[in-house]
Amino acid sequence: MVTVKTFPMGGVHPPENKLTADSPIQALDLPDEVSILLGQHIGAPAEPVVQKGDKVKVGTLIGEGKAFISANVHSTVSGTVKRVDEALDAAGFRKPAVVIAVEGDEWEVHIDRSPDLVTEITATPEEIVDRIKTAGIVGMGGAAFPTNVKYMVPEGKQVDTLVINGVECEPYLTADHRLMLEHTDEILVGIEVLRKALRVDRAVIGIELNKPDAIEAMTQSAARFPNIEVYGLKVQYPQGAEKQLIKAILDREVPGGKLPLDVGCVVNNVGTALAAYHDIQKNRPLIDRVVTVTGTSLPNRGNFLIRVGTPFARAIEAAGGMADDVAKVIAGGPMMGKAVPDLNVPVTKGTSGILLLTKAEAEQRETVPCIRCSKCVEVCPVGLEPYLLEKLARVEYWEQSDEHDVLDCIECGSCTYICPSNRPLLDYIKLSKVKVHEMRRASAS
Amino acid sequence: MRSIMWGVVIALLPVFAASALVFGVRAIMAVLVTSAACVATEYVIQRFFLRQQPTVDDGSAVVTGMLLAFNVSIAVPMWQLVVGAVVAIGVAKMAFGGIGTNPFNPALIGRAFMTVSFPVHMNTWAFPREQLVSLGVDRPTGATPLGKIADALELGEPLSAIAAELPSHTELFLGTIGGSMGEVSALAVLIGGAYMLYRRLIPLETPVVFLGTLALITGVFWLFDPESYADPLFHILAGGAMLGSWFMATDMATSPMSRNGRILFAAGCGLLTAVIRLLGGFPEGVTYAILIMNAFVPLIDNKLRPPRFGKGAVS
Repeated sequence: MVTVKTFPMGGVHPPENKLTADSPIQALDLPDEVSILLGQHIGAPAEPVVQKGDKVKVGTLIGEGKAFISANVHSTVSGTVKRVDEALDAAGFRKPAVVIAVEGDEWEVHIDRSPDLVTEITATPEEIVDRIKTAGIVGMGGAAFPTNVKYMVPEGKQVDTLVINGVECEPYLTADHRLMLEHTDEILVGIEVLRKALRVDRAVIGIELNKPDAIEAMTQSAARFPNIEVYGLKVQYPQGAEKQLIKAILDREVPGGKLPLDVGCVVNNVGTALAAYHDIQKNRPLIDRVVTVTGTSLPNRGNFLIRVGTPFARAIEAAGGMADDVAKVIAGGPMMGKAVPDLNVPVTKGTSGILLLTKAEAEQRETVPCIRCSKCVEVCPVGLEPYLLEKLARVEYWEQSDEHDVLDCIECGSCTYICPSNRPLLDYIKLSKVKVHEMRRASAS
Repeated sequence: MRSIMWGVVIALLPVFAASALVFGVRAIMAVLVTSAACVATEYVIQRFFLRQQPTVDDGSAVVTGMLLAFNVSIAVPMWQLVVGAVVAIGVAKMAFGGIGTNPFNPALIGRAFMTVSFPVHMNTWAFPREQLVSLGVDRPTGATPLGKIADALELGEPLSAIAAELPSHTELFLGTIGGSMGEVSALAVLIGGAYMLYRRLIPLETPVVFLGTLALITGVFWLFDPESYADPLFHILAGGAMLGSWFMATDMATSPMSRNGRILFAAGCGLLTAVIRLLGGFPEGVTYAILIMNAFVPLIDNKLRPPRFGKGAVS
């Protein structure tokens, strides 16, 4: 039985454009060279443990996450380390990276590459958390927060529910959709793995109603797992935002500045659950991911299983190549994704999509004065006043921005999307957040 | 933004049609004159005073022009309409920084200015459906329905004594009555209002709460003394309550940003309209009710904010 739920305030419904929903996952051919960033996650970058000339296999540790919030990085190919220096990331910054020349496809021997489903979970909760860290698993929904950190529940916090995010509310993206259809059982075992690690009796999965086949597949398989419930959620952006998802399924509100832990839950993406399955049941660290490579101009658009470190250009080529009228290449979806500065930036653990927009699709209309239509207030899922935050940012009143809870913004972009005057509201809000953080740090020291 | 403003222009067309049917070609002329004067004023100020690219094609000056004409009597001379339009756009809108920054509804400021400057013409009300093809001002005149009941109240006459002079609810609804050009037909306003709701150009709560509050207060007076006070439906249908609640209290620039704020704002408009009509010196109070509440919008925005996510029950 599927129950329709949603979050209570705000939200928009942009055109879904799920062009690749029916395209089965296909493995992308290995590139000649990969650039594996050492900082693909939120937190401190990993420290390289290989040198130029080292031979590596698929799954060999190449970077060690030593800080509390960090993640290990593994080689995603077999071959020779060409250099350990820097590569351009999707945001346009040069970041430490390990560049490996690909030779064959030899995997570390301990990795179980057979397709057999392993359902019995023998690892203890402590072992699971430990191995999630070792395997370099991070949130696969896009934010790439190191997963093991979420599972180190501080003293005094009670957690009772694991929330699994299969919402995929970003337009165009279909990677999670395909994973739920093609790797249903693995995901469910992965959820059981995570549930065991968290020591809770209840796991809930939220899936938007625009994926009825995924809801059906997951519900059917979940019948064999008495602790897992599947919920169909209304198609409303940003249904997949962590706090909105918790509110929709569990009716709990995470206060501003607090974490899901504070209301007794941990949220993970379906892709993360699959990565946990691979890690714990198959000894396979996080080396690849499914990326939706899409856009109206791509004739062979689809969902590709891509080794981390592969340049975007390779994926675009496989999907049909760059058309002349492409104006923008976005890492992620159209609402929260970022335009990349260079086609050779590498796919990372957090790359959920590569979206090509044509000149017509990417066109930004002229910004005109605010007419106080209040649509931005209406659609804000957090209950903020984007028009006011924009005004405050324009006159650099950071203290007032702070008072008006600018830091609670989840950067979903609904305000910018809805604005009839085409005002870049979120750009100003993001600037405010940086400035307010700076201001707070300055006053704390 | 353009589509919003031109959408309001479309929503005003039924009102325009009603004013032409009730008052004839002079009403069409008046609307064209005020709209042209508003657009011209905005263009001249932007082009020659502010030296910026004129944005009159956004439709907002046309909205102000149409509303200004709809808010005044057919008996007002054309040159006075032009003065009103110049004040509406020049003083109430452009002097404050142009679209979106004006604190008061420009059309209502224009009307208020005309009321104090040209009291004779502004308070001369033509009979409906007379001299439909005439462009002249010389036509038979008399008090509006609201004017008649205000006079009766002042003279201590019971309403039953003047019942024959008062229009029926049906006449009020259709608009075959005396009054401002665009105020007379409640039906025309409702058609435009329904279109704006369909296009999501206005929030439903504003007209509903405005008219509801007006009905509530006039209803209390009516229940206590039906011989002195008209019934609530009469108050909703007569005068500018319909036009004001659907088209002017909903003006985005001059109404609050949060839903709760808009409800308070609309309730204040309804309350003040009732107070001015029942207890004040004017038979009609919609203009001043909305203008007074416009002044409270910054305060309302500051105090009635949207509910924040996560500020609820969780400890």
